[in-house]
Amino acid sequence: MLPLTAFLIVGALLFCIGMYAVLARRNAVAILMGIELMLNAVNINLVAFWRYLTPGTAATAQGLQVGMAGQSFAAFVFVVAAAEVAVGLALVISIYRNRRTVIAEDVDTLRY
Amino acid sequence: MQPEFGQWFIFGLFTVFIIGGGIGTVTSSNLFHAALWLIISLFGVAGFFVLLAAPFLAAIQVLVYIGAIVVLIIFAIMLTRRLMGLREAPNSQWAYGLVGAIVTFAVLALGLVLASTGESPLLVSQPISEITGESIRDLGIALVDVNQYVLPFIVASLLLEAAMVGAIVIAREDE
Repeated sequence: MLPLTAFLIVGALLFCIGMYAVLARRNAVAILMGIELMLNAVNINLVAFWRYLTPGTAATAQGLQVGMAGQSFAAFVFVVAAAEVAVGLALVISIYRNRRTVIAEDVDTLRY
Repeated sequence: MQPEFGQWFIFGLFTVFIIGGGIGTVTSSNLFHAALWLIISLFGVAGFFVLLAAPFLAAIQVLVYIGAIVVLIIFAIMLTRRLMGLREAPNSQWAYGLVGAIVTFAVLALGLVLASTGESPLLVSQPISEITGESIRDLGIALVDVNQYVLPFIVASLLLEAAMVGAIVIAREDE
């Protein structure tokens, strides 16, 4: 079988690629895409840990049940990602409409 | 062909999808091409979910991420259509960003390798048990079971609804 470490290293690499996008891209939409990559890396880690270290089973009315913490957390990450990208893109469109730019560095009114 | 090799082959294939798509997303100067690379990367992640015996999450990955989120991103790129043909360079601090990302990965990879080798490895190399087809049912029960995750589930639904309403309010054109 594949070792757990293999999945975790791919997750770490994907996280760092996304981090580079967030740090280096100027376009706000590209930064959002970097955040998506980072969230996906987290999801890989959650599901890999769930598969290899499932924290036991819980007895329910339906009988014994596999613990589902990892997959449930991954599902919540999906929800948060959808909410984040919806609000982020709405902000991008609003900023573009008002200022004709989507470059993150040009939108710095709050800095001063 | 022994099953070991087949598993590593599939793993390597999806790794190439994920990492290649990720690098394409980050480096392509055309934003629309970056979104297409992102689809490849997300598809590789869906393949990983299948490898990890989480078929429901793989389906959701394709439906929600590729089907909804990337399409939303492409819509945004097209609505701000000045960007479509724009050649975009990285910002002035990209070198620091690159060094930071490489150092972060080096630290993480070193920690993972150290934790998975030696006398008593912290990270296991075998899955705990065979996961059967029941895992989808178990996930469904876990999300609505009073003793498990029904409260976070409802909170997540509220968060999503609030975010959608907020997105409409923010993006609406003012009269």
